[in-house]
Amino acid sequence: MSLKHDIEFTLNGVRQRVTVDAGLNALDMLRDVVGLTGTKYGCGEGECGACTIRVDGQSMNACLMFAVDCDGRSVVTIEGLAADPKADALREAFVEHGAVQCGFCTPGMVMQASHILDTQPHADADAIKRGIEGNLCRCTGYKKIVDAIESACCGGK
Amino acid sequence: MTEIERYAAPTSLDEALGILQQGEVRILAGGTDLMPQSKAGRLALGPTLMNIRRVPELKGVALDGDAIRIGALTTITELLADPLVRQHLPVLAEACDHFASDQIRNAGTIGGNIGNASPAGDTLVPLIVLDAVVELASKPNGSVATRRMPLAEFFTGPGRTKRAANELLTAVRIPLPRAGHVARFYKFGTRPALDISAISIGIAGVVRDGALTDTRVAFGAVAPTPVRAPRTEAALEGKRLDAATIAAAANAARDEVAPIDDVRATAWYRKELIHNMTKRMLDHVAQA
Repeated sequence: MSLKHDIEFTLNGVRQRVTVDAGLNALDMLRDVVGLTGTKYGCGEGECGACTIRVDGQSMNACLMFAVDCDGRSVVTIEGLAADPKADALREAFVEHGAVQCGFCTPGMVMQASHILDTQPHADADAIKRGIEGNLCRCTGYKKIVDAIESACCGGK
Repeated sequence: MTEIERYAAPTSLDEALGILQQGEVRILAGGTDLMPQSKAGRLALGPTLMNIRRVPELKGVALDGDAIRIGALTTITELLADPLVRQHLPVLAEACDHFASDQIRNAGTIGGNIGNASPAGDTLVPLIVLDAVVELASKPNGSVATRRMPLAEFFTGPGRTKRAANELLTAVRIPLPRAGHVARFYKFGTRPALDISAISIGIAGVVRDGALTDTRVAFGAVAPTPVRAPRTEAALEGKRLDAATIAAAANAARDEVAPIDDVRATAWYRKELIHNMTKRMLDHVAQA
């Protein structure tokens, strides 16, 4: 039996208390303990970005993060972004530009895109490509993804 | 694998050092190396897993006398944005820019990159040529003791350092570069993002009257640890960077390294890269 630890954190704006194995990663906690399956498991080693979440505003690979380290922090997942009116432009841009093919990378792409828009509101296509270098799309739909993020920059202006 | 019997998240340096004094501790900071290594069974997380991310003394970049002191918990993203780093240590900022991906830079720390002691650690080669010194703290008999050690002497093998079991790496100190200081970093991988380097090269020195002095050359991923290259340094020290000097230094570099074959490159290819890229970097310094 591995050690259990109680943590309390803000998940998509709501206080959350969970008991987790001390060695568990944040991705398995979100999917299996909390039950939010929007955050995807792709590679489990930080290569693909499908599990991108935001912790205290910073984008991170949930698969590389210890769940216990969420304690006291603010975590936002794709479910939280879906309910956030500030992300409307980004969500609509992904639809508008056909930036979704199979859709598996989409939650991670959108989370990372929201981080790019917050930290570099005037990002150009090159900065966006650098920004999503930790996100893989195996349909290789990068062109439309970059177009979508670029069109959402500065609220679509 | 040793199971986790205790999880601790100290909120002061004193508390963290006290925990280290009590027995075998696995230190957690960003987790980006620890999580995959523990999953793969290469590292145990127990018996005590200590998360140091809430220790305020380990944060921040500041000018301290004639050195820049970078707290161990400084993330790669914070380093990239730090005005002191950008102004005085652009070569370190450049290495941080080539580091993994945004998500990993947001989580990974400089202390973790050093403590993980990978021969291919991206910040290690530039830190070595900048004469970085690591700061280690412990609390052996009730009071805090610190010691410093040049980073170039810190590594003993892949994943192994001279940090004692009761010590915590608290910071890395880099002397403020003097006037005329030049430093270059090069990393070779098959794609720009998220690649572990096949080789990396750092070159630094002070240009006086057209000659390179206080020369530092270091290589990554060609030995069990990042290494200084004394014979390459000797081929350059005090000399004008003309074609003959550069050719001799590039040859010395190729002869000096003893890399291995692995999935990222063959030993032969690594030696050729070291030769060709050392030459190219020195050409750029000479033309600057």
